[in-house]
Amino acid sequence: MEKLIVSPAPHFHGGRTTQRIMLDVLIGLCPAMIASVVLFGVRAAVVILTCVAACVLSEYLSRRVMKRTQTVGDLSCVVTGVLLALNLPVTIHPLMAVFGSVAAIVVVKQMFGGIGQNFVNPALTARIILMNSFPAPMTHWTAPFAYSAGADAVTTATPLGMLQEGSEDLPGDLELFLGRTGGCLGETCALAILIGGAYLILRRVISPVIPLTYLGTAAVFSALLGRDPLFDLLSGGLMLGAFFMATDYTTSPVYWKARVLFAVGCGALTMLIREFGSLPEGVSYSIVLMNIMTPLLERAVKPRAFGKPRAGKAGDGHAS
Amino acid sequence: MALPFPKKPFHTHGGVSVPHCKNTWNLPTATMPPPKRVILPMQQHIGASCTPVVKKGDHVLLGQIIGDSDAYVSALIHASVSGTVADITQVELPGGQRTAAVVIDSDGKMERDPGVYPPAPLIGPKELALAAQSAGLVGLGGAGFPAHVKLNVPEDKTVDTLIINAVECEPYVTADHREALENGKNVLDGVYKVKEILDVHRVIIAVEDNKPDVIARLTEIAENPEKDPLDEVRVLALKSRYPQGAEKVLVRACTGRRVPAGGLPADVGCLVMNIASISFLASYLRTGMPLTLKRVTVDGSAVAHPQNVIVPIGTPIRDVIEFCGGYKCPPKKLMMGGPMMGLALYSDELPILKQNNAVLAFDEKDSAALEPTDCIRCGSCVAACPMNLMPLKLEKAAQRRDREALLALDVATCMECGCCAYSCPAGRQLVQAIRLGKSIVRNAGR
Repeated sequence: MEKLIVSPAPHFHGGRTTQRIMLDVLIGLCPAMIASVVLFGVRAAVVILTCVAACVLSEYLSRRVMKRTQTVGDLSCVVTGVLLALNLPVTIHPLMAVFGSVAAIVVVKQMFGGIGQNFVNPALTARIILMNSFPAPMTHWTAPFAYSAGADAVTTATPLGMLQEGSEDLPGDLELFLGRTGGCLGETCALAILIGGAYLILRRVISPVIPLTYLGTAAVFSALLGRDPLFDLLSGGLMLGAFFMATDYTTSPVYWKARVLFAVGCGALTMLIREFGSLPEGVSYSIVLMNIMTPLLERAVKPRAFGKPRAGKAGDGHAS
Repeated sequence: MALPFPKKPFHTHGGVSVPHCKNTWNLPTATMPPPKRVILPMQQHIGASCTPVVKKGDHVLLGQIIGDSDAYVSALIHASVSGTVADITQVELPGGQRTAAVVIDSDGKMERDPGVYPPAPLIGPKELALAAQSAGLVGLGGAGFPAHVKLNVPEDKTVDTLIINAVECEPYVTADHREALENGKNVLDGVYKVKEILDVHRVIIAVEDNKPDVIARLTEIAENPEKDPLDEVRVLALKSRYPQGAEKVLVRACTGRRVPAGGLPADVGCLVMNIASISFLASYLRTGMPLTLKRVTVDGSAVAHPQNVIVPIGTPIRDVIEFCGGYKCPPKKLMMGGPMMGLALYSDELPILKQNNAVLAFDEKDSAALEPTDCIRCGSCVAACPMNLMPLKLEKAAQRRDREALLALDVATCMECGCCAYSCPAGRQLVQAIRLGKSIVRNAGR
């Protein structure tokens, strides 16, 4: 008889792999990508492709240089590339996009050990680096459908920018929902993000805990601060952040109760920055700050093992 | 004062949905003729090994004691065929431990030991435990815990609920399924006996809802106003979700009670018995024949004719597979038990043990394993853990050999059900790491 494989149980696997999860995230991002091309033209596709190519190459080369197993195949670098691109204005210079991609993959992700090891979200951190390096190009917004009007880059402001400047002419809720406003590539169209987010929840790639808590907390804080909750939910990067950035596995807690706290923190910080900060938008900073809080949250909130008494309680034997 | 029966099972945390693959549930059980030779290891249970009480050349009869131990937590070993002791040898069990084994060459006559006669009518719990002990009964669901230890409920504890485990949540395995269909009356006989002797007034027969025929059959038999006038025995359908049949999960699902960490079901007033164990107990009380036969499911992509077979304990696995038409393609993985918790075997010359409920042989395609990649912290393992542990952190703590962290993460609560590794997208061998962690904690004093 041939040699038998002797391996530890379980001998079956559920079939879900890292690669499949990342592919699902990419599928979930498709509506937002399509929306970005519809709203901002072919140039949006160029930005996305530039970021993806730069991220994949960065991942490949850094793994090579560090002589570690190649991880390009898990597609996580493609996800980072798409997410970064969706967080950039369409007029961004391709070299700036490349700079951001290299920072995301090489500095934020690979220098900390690669997939599963980075302590902040690579795409968001790269966006913050770009915001601080190139403040003007990073806040240069073009109006949607400007490309079809024939005019070259009609500049506009984001809804949150208008609000901060005290503009009276704010876009309506339907405009916001469909994304016909100025803003980053993937953040304006709430409809596309909701379709993608629903796909991820249905495929059980993400649990609804973080997005719903994040959005709910933001709405509550918005109301408490005397703002318009619906306007706040639909404008800026909140939808994209809640469904695709705050749910990043590596940088959010693994236990659902800690996830609730994490998302509450994200929602509260976002609204506090929007109301009191000098920037009109606070999604990136709030998520990155909560990323840094994640290890502390995991220390503070742990699951209680089955049959262990509650702290300060002698026993929990019979049904309560 | 009768306890109420739950209308529906209580909520249990975690678990995974596994493919059922119950290919053999509809096939009648075949009975294997006596094999030429049986190998009977002296350790087929949790606890102390037995010592052979026969020597090479002795003639032994079916049902005769061949292995005994002075230890309380142990189980007698009986000859499963009549014939001549060919050798007393050492075998390496699937778990890796070495133990003595009695090899018997069968004379093909299956001649009964005249010492095999039904026990005197039982009067109390002590006699019941004694009967289980003389029968060599162990938990037949897979764990192999000596039944007399379980039945000997400590005096400071009261059992108010008897749970019959007919859940059978492992993929492929249908031995308990066939037991219920073919031997349901016997099962209920055992239930009424044990219930009467232990003075228990609530018996819950737990079955997963993917076995509607078992639920129907057992419900029909259990509705017996003659033997159960107060309707104290009922069947409860549980959601089909692995590991619904794990003792602690089962107690929770049936009664809502939580067995304390490090405790036993008796701590919360429950006694859990496997359906095959209780059925065997009923036949033993009738005939006095100790545990020498076992029903096993033979299945897997490399087996020609999958089916359930009743085999003498100690029959080499190869003989059992040959009885089922042999291998239809070269096996790459052979296992004892189901695919979630079963042990991979290094050879098909190993014998069937008391606690075996399945032998599965898989072809190359079904034996392929994922190459482990880095943990992505997705939290699937945490969500899947029925014991509410954090397998990803346990793995890291085990790799660091960090005893303090392992204890803080309650490594001992893990029952190794495999839900974490099953759901891990990075294909990490979490159960293996946790087992290593347990041994780090155990051996820390050395």
